[in-house]
Amino acid sequence: MAARTIVFEPADPCHAFLTTCSRAEYSDGPLAGVAVAVKDNISTKGIETTCASKILKGYVPPYDAHVVGLLKAAGAAVVGKTNMDEFGMGTTTENSAFGPTLNPSDTGRVPGGSSGGSAAAIAAGMVTMALGTDTGGSIRCPAAFCGITGLKPTYGRVSRFGLIAYANSLEQIGPLGKNVSDVATLMGVIAGHDHRDSTSRNRPFSHSPKNEIKGLKIGIPEEYFGPGVDPEVASVVRKAIGRLVELGATTVPCSIPSMQYALAAYYVTCTSEASSNLARFDGVRYGPAPDTKKSWHDAYQEVRREGFGPEVRRRILLGTFALSSGYYGKYYAKAQVARQNVKADFARIFAGVDVIAGPTMPSIAFKLGEKSDPLSMYLADILTVPANLAGIPAISVPCGKVRGMPVGLQIMGKHFEDERVMDAAYAYEQAVI
Amino acid sequence: MVSEHEVQHIAELADVGINTDELETFTHQFNAILDYFDTLDLVRGDGAAKDDMVNVMREDKIEPSLPQEDVLRNAPAQEDGFIKAPRVM
Repeated sequence: MAARTIVFEPADPCHAFLTTCSRAEYSDGPLAGVAVAVKDNISTKGIETTCASKILKGYVPPYDAHVVGLLKAAGAAVVGKTNMDEFGMGTTTENSAFGPTLNPSDTGRVPGGSSGGSAAAIAAGMVTMALGTDTGGSIRCPAAFCGITGLKPTYGRVSRFGLIAYANSLEQIGPLGKNVSDVATLMGVIAGHDHRDSTSRNRPFSHSPKNEIKGLKIGIPEEYFGPGVDPEVASVVRKAIGRLVELGATTVPCSIPSMQYALAAYYVTCTSEASSNLARFDGVRYGPAPDTKKSWHDAYQEVRREGFGPEVRRRILLGTFALSSGYYGKYYAKAQVARQNVKADFARIFAGVDVIAGPTMPSIAFKLGEKSDPLSMYLADILTVPANLAGIPAISVPCGKVRGMPVGLQIMGKHFEDERVMDAAYAYEQAVI
Repeated sequence: MVSEHEVQHIAELADVGINTDELETFTHQFNAILDYFDTLDLVRGDGAAKDDMVNVMREDKIEPSLPQEDVLRNAPAQEDGFIKAPRVM
């Protein structure tokens, strides 16, 4: 049987895509003919995959990531690769070497990041679902800023084979969609065991979201409504949680004391892992050719200075420093203790509640160029990184607007209870439709 | 405080090139971020990993892999079926 194709030649005024496949093949299956966009750090056989970096310009993977194989087996049409912050390093998609993506709700603002292209493609109506990756909020942040839904799955639930690594111990591939049902459908396709990812767990997903949440106990951490969180955003999110209470849930105040250092622990960990992971980009096996006549240090420095943007180099430097002898104990070792403390805080709270809820982001989408200082950009991740440090599932679902811009309600759950966070998000979504 | 000289040294260790006109900005940002990382001084506890983690390794058996031509396709410099790299000596 001849492969069937869909024609995908959309106007893309928000620059959501780096590559589009004008004739995308598909086959039979639960996603037969559904157009799915894939973030550009996920390997797609025969389709250029750049991580939005000049150093991978022209790189065409010789194999599919596990999740891409699963999409194709489910009948989906992979219609293109979406823009992102270079290697996933950013919160706005402005760190793409190929220019920023714009927020479809207001093109003077960023879509969030790092999976900004995937979220914008959905918000602009170009696709109904997309894959993203979430290392410290990179699915949930753009979902919140663009007014769509996105899930960071429990660590280990989705194979990372074929994901171009940035910070292995934190990142997960996950689904973004127009609504919770789309997210559940896509999660059902991509979750499950893969022997090629040694952290993969055999926990497939086959759940249709239910809006029955009577008796659900929701923890409300004070830190998610404290200083640094836009009061208008906090108020919209409180109202959304009030809606869940009307539906039969109860709320329990709680506290995550480790949040005082969670963000620092996150940045020390992810930059350390990045400094090691990104060592492979030297232009030898892929990328721009190093000058083979020069000494290797000189040749590699030249390739990496030209090929990596400033934020990528900054993070490699920070990670190299944090792991260097004399500083390892002060930074990396401390960050790992901090990470255990974050896990312990969640374990303590989850002994008494089913899910934890709060805002996804402390503000609405920034204006383009607003976060030019790296540290101020890092601080925007404060509400999303705890879930990555602990490896727990977390979803962002649209819950209203502030000054015309979408706000996301974040719901976090226990390990492998992605179904439960989805049900809570679905109950909210169905109540406000 | 980390000096420009130290940032330059780390950049060399990491094989990350820094232009001279970037060095001042990089050093300034580096120090601001490291100041923020000092919140880790508040961390208490021994942090011994409590996870019941085990190594997951496959058997040491040859498995099918990509054909040589596919593997070489992205390499910018090649010679006799090998990938060419800069000189080490």
